[in-house]
Amino acid sequence: MQEIINIFVKSIFIDNMIFSFFLGMCSYLAVSKTVKTSAGLGIAVTFVLLITVPVNYLLNKYVLQPGALQWLSPSLANVDLSFLGLILFIAVIAAIVQMVEMIVEKFSPALYNSLGIFLPLIAVNCAVLGGSLFMQQREYTNIGEVFAFSLGSGIGWFLAIVGIAAIREKLRYSHIPPALKGVGITFIITGLMGLAFMSFMGIKL
Amino acid sequence: MKNWKLITTPLSKENPITVQVLGICSCLAVTAQLKPAVFMAVSVTVVVVLSNLIISLLRNTIPPRIRIIVQLVVVSMLVILVDQFLKAFFFDVSKQLSVYVSLIITNCIVMGRLEAFAMSNKPGPSVLDGIGNGLGYSVILIILGFVRELFGSGTLWGYPVLSAIGYENNGLMIMPPMALILVGIIIWIQRSKDKELQEK
Repeated sequence: MQEIINIFVKSIFIDNMIFSFFLGMCSYLAVSKTVKTSAGLGIAVTFVLLITVPVNYLLNKYVLQPGALQWLSPSLANVDLSFLGLILFIAVIAAIVQMVEMIVEKFSPALYNSLGIFLPLIAVNCAVLGGSLFMQQREYTNIGEVFAFSLGSGIGWFLAIVGIAAIREKLRYSHIPPALKGVGITFIITGLMGLAFMSFMGIKL
Repeated sequence: MKNWKLITTPLSKENPITVQVLGICSCLAVTAQLKPAVFMAVSVTVVVVLSNLIISLLRNTIPPRIRIIVQLVVVSMLVILVDQFLKAFFFDVSKQLSVYVSLIITNCIVMGRLEAFAMSNKPGPSVLDGIGNGLGYSVILIILGFVRELFGSGTLWGYPVLSAIGYENNGLMIMPPMALILVGIIIWIQRSKDKELQEK
């Protein structure tokens, strides 16, 4: 249990998707103009991560890893399908995003309208594919850890995008050199926020 | 001469990173040293050029409804090839780049060029557009890798340069946030020279 809580806290603060791995920067920079829309996108990303990473974990464990097909028949013990990982992960993500979109549209039109345009875009968000790839690289041992990792990463991404959106709303009233306006100052502020998040780095969990 | 423009505009006025703000994820994460930055730049250029060529050849046969999936399949096939090639011949670099090679699939530059250019242009110009955007991305990556390695560890391509003359390493440079601040500064310099690019 303690292990799971450690992974959860670690993936929110220390291994934050945006500040230490720069994943999902494109939508982070493009959508962070107002707090409301960025909160919507943050929730959608968290939700998709929470579903796709565990599914890809099972896929990796029972189909892709060297010898993973052993449960099917002992003669397949030498099969190594790991080179297919990328193409299957992205297919799973695209399919799940499509499914989530249809389910949300059917059962909760209000939520669908508020997320609307962002949902289909999540399929090509690096944070989502990155979540699956880090899961594979870090070799989590059970599904509980994977859930903790995906929920933590999603919340970390959510906090980062809401934070920068709030700062950008205030920035509109400040005097910035004309050449830095817009993207330039957003980059620099993200860098400063990243430095602030680095204060968590000394914590051993 | 019109085609020559396809290569030169992405280097300055239409730079994929500083002006279009695409493909930031990988650009920041791999530039702590020059060597992985150069490998990443070459890999992305190869993938953009080849995927632009393939999609441009297929553009009249792809049904518009499923074009995103077709593009993803083509791009991920190319990325798997690049990934396996790096693993086979440059194992240490592929370890350093870790997941970022695989993440070329969701690199917005690749998808963006396919959508914006290759879907509606002939193969020849599409290849040139791919080369131009690949180079525009490479230029920024190499500048970042050069500055961060030189001032962060005092070396270039692993060989001591500044550290040989008693330079005290600036640890901040190799940390991830500094990459963001440096890109911000590059944008600042570029936009103060070229007033058209400034945002209102």
